[in-house]
Amino acid sequence: MSNRSRRAALTGPLGVASLILVAAFVVLAVVAPPLWGERADLVDPGAMNQGPGPGHPLGTDNLGRDILARALVATRLSLAMALVATLAGAVAGTALGVLPTAFGPRVRRWFAAVIDVWLAFPVLLLAMFVAIMLGTGTTASVIALALTMVPSFARLAQTLSASVGGSEYLAAAKVLGIPRHRQLLRYVLPNIAEPLILNTTISVGGGLLALSSLSFLGIGVKAPDYDWGRMLGEGLSAIYTTPTAALAPAVMIVLAGVAFSMLGETLAKAVRGDAGSTAPRRAVRERPAPLAAEERDDDVLLDVAGLRVTFPGGVTPVREVTFRVRPGEIVGIVGESGSGKSVTALAVAGLLPASAAVHADRLTFDGHDLRGRTEAELRGLLGTRLGFVPQDPMTSLNPALRVGRQLAEVVEHHSGTPRASAWRLAVERLAGVRIADPERRAAQFPHEYSGGMRQRALIAMAQMERPKLIIADEPTTALDVTVQRHVLRLIAEASREHGTAAIVVSHDIALLAGLCTRLLVMYSGRIVEEIDVAALPRAAHPYTRALLGALPDLDTDRSLPLTTIPGRPPTPAEFGAGCAFAPRCGLAAPECEDDDPPLLTLDGGRRLACPRAHKETVHGNA
Amino acid sequence: MGTLEIRGLTVRYGRGRSAVTVLHGIDLDVPDGGVLGLVGESGSGKSTVARAVAGLVRPAAGSIRLDGVEVRGAADRRVQMVFQDPYASLNPRMAVGESIEEVLAVHTPLARRDRAAEAARLLDLVRLPAQVAGRHPGDLSGGMRQRVAIARALAARPEMLVADEITSALDASVQAAVLNLLRDIRRELGLSMLFISHNLAVVRYVSDDVAVLNLGRVVETGPADALVGSPRHPYTRELVDAVPRLPAPGDHLAG
Repeated sequence: MSNRSRRAALTGPLGVASLILVAAFVVLAVVAPPLWGERADLVDPGAMNQGPGPGHPLGTDNLGRDILARALVATRLSLAMALVATLAGAVAGTALGVLPTAFGPRVRRWFAAVIDVWLAFPVLLLAMFVAIMLGTGTTASVIALALTMVPSFARLAQTLSASVGGSEYLAAAKVLGIPRHRQLLRYVLPNIAEPLILNTTISVGGGLLALSSLSFLGIGVKAPDYDWGRMLGEGLSAIYTTPTAALAPAVMIVLAGVAFSMLGETLAKAVRGDAGSTAPRRAVRERPAPLAAEERDDDVLLDVAGLRVTFPGGVTPVREVTFRVRPGEIVGIVGESGSGKSVTALAVAGLLPASAAVHADRLTFDGHDLRGRTEAELRGLLGTRLGFVPQDPMTSLNPALRVGRQLAEVVEHHSGTPRASAWRLAVERLAGVRIADPERRAAQFPHEYSGGMRQRALIAMAQMERPKLIIADEPTTALDVTVQRHVLRLIAEASREHGTAAIVVSHDIALLAGLCTRLLVMYSGRIVEEIDVAALPRAAHPYTRALLGALPDLDTDRSLPLTTIPGRPPTPAEFGAGCAFAPRCGLAAPECEDDDPPLLTLDGGRRLACPRAHKETVHGNA
Repeated sequence: MGTLEIRGLTVRYGRGRSAVTVLHGIDLDVPDGGVLGLVGESGSGKSTVARAVAGLVRPAAGSIRLDGVEVRGAADRRVQMVFQDPYASLNPRMAVGESIEEVLAVHTPLARRDRAAEAARLLDLVRLPAQVAGRHPGDLSGGMRQRVAIARALAARPEMLVADEITSALDASVQAAVLNLLRDIRRELGLSMLFISHNLAVVRYVSDDVAVLNLGRVVETGPADALVGSPRHPYTRELVDAVPRLPAPGDHLAG
């Protein structure tokens, strides 16, 4: 949440109105009693129950006292009672909700039970009961109201602190031996304070109403003190003769209640930071230039040139990416977080959100230009020819549908295959990814599958129609290493047995080296090197070399430190004019900061975006 | 000193009939100044070992002794832990320096003004500039946060450091820097370490000895190179085979 959106919430019409109102009430509470206190208490037997007139703008009550003055003076007591009661309730409730965090599970269960029972009592009834028990009066009604507020604050604090209680930083604090009171004051409270403060502000409005109700019913403030509730109660009897006697306090109660609730809502909005949120503008799809006939190539399945993805706000995570995939070939895209590798894969699969603007000089798959297509056209084109394997197998299957049904739907939808034969095909494909007992498994729901089985089911799903290309985005990141190997083997098998090409995205260069024939190394949204896996030991780009040296494998020399890269990669918002890797590069020269080096093609289809490394390779080979 | 002896460690989660045993009486040893690597897959119980040694989980049976003295729950200064997620293990509301000084206040006799200097020294030990002390975790990258977490653990002057998957949330190049740092710290401070990871290559690189954990039982232990070079247990063999390897210079890839 940004400061700008916080400010926007507070300076919006609602925010300004509530701030002004609350400020006015506070000022009134301070200045009204000294200014008009005497006048409000002045009994004038000669002017009882008068209507509005020159001496009394809102008339007088049954003892001839000025109604306006009384309504204004009552502000102090009404607000003070509401504030004190709410604060007391908030402090006691928070303590009750937070304290158990520092103790064991048994104490926590006891506290939870107490809060549950307490919450079950109706608020106003409890307040009335307590007020009467305590003998009515100002103090009694404040205590009564505070007691009714305790459980809701306790419940809120309990829920919030439970999430902090399960946090690693609190576990860390325990291991570090931070004393319990400090754990509460510095770790738990600051991290739950915002919602509690908001709830307090909102509760002041409610508390004001509840206290007024008590006074109205005659079990709150006692004469000679008076608050709005008592004024309302007494004024009501004369509603037909002097309506202002009841109306004036009623208006004050409503205004104050609304003001505090509004302020609470505004603060809440400011904290959430969602004020004035602008809906993402839908990007305009660019009109593609017609495809030149000679650029068609039967030996190329996927042809991407000059791919550029821009997100709303002008962030460009993928810049001028050009590559080709031949039928049956497995290409790896490797890079670290923020390199644009996943965005590239998603852009090719047509799966980026609509707010992303995708531009490409060429984006051809299986002879079809994918640019400028509508969603429906794209689905029709890619649906049967391209399979996508997502990163997280846990969230990528519909939990409410049997796995076999989900697989069958793919072919039913795209090729109109009848239900029964689609199901048979689903079972066959599950068997193909080595899921034992596929008939039984197909009839099961995703939650009955392990993580590895779900990912295999997703690979089976991607292969339902024998696609020409499978795009897998970090397909094994969420899996154990032994399961990972099986999953990768399935992709390799599909390639070998059915000629399916694949693009596999990963941060793990060793993993890709074991699976792919060719690697695209991405850094800061660009391809910096394209290299055959067999040539990896002779990788030229300083970044590729650093990646290789940074990763320990089972043969790494344990007596030497690993290669590290100083600094950190730039975020897409920081991409500058020069080579993005230059600030971290050992080979960098001043000119590297000026121009982004082009991706030059070398012998054997190898490509490299580093003229200095290129010079070295040439000299090294000579 | 820091000789860790785990004997018959059994941990159960839940109560009564629904209780699940995640560790079945395991034995582990970390010699003084040594690094024991603990490798296993999800559900093997390796994080539970970490939490038990750090005192965050109460064992159902067995003993955890450091230099012959039973580890006294979470508050035992001698054992400190670095957590997996550097985005979750630092209090987001506290400046880095404050986080470290707070630990110094509890565990060292240092006066208030000396604590800042000591915090700067600890930050330097993890190769972070002293200015980082004034920043909040939200302003730092994942790698920097993990260094802060290490510095904070060292502030308690532990004899035993438990590192639970501390690089699995980091990018490869950042991971390398943190692993190098651990090596250096170990050499400089002579700290004993229990290093836990699912990544066998990382464990092998950092540890002297490696223990393989599977379904709550230790299936094999041995010196790192020997265990990886000639695994005996079929599960260890499977783990070793599953580690992706880079082609070495001169390799001829089949297929």
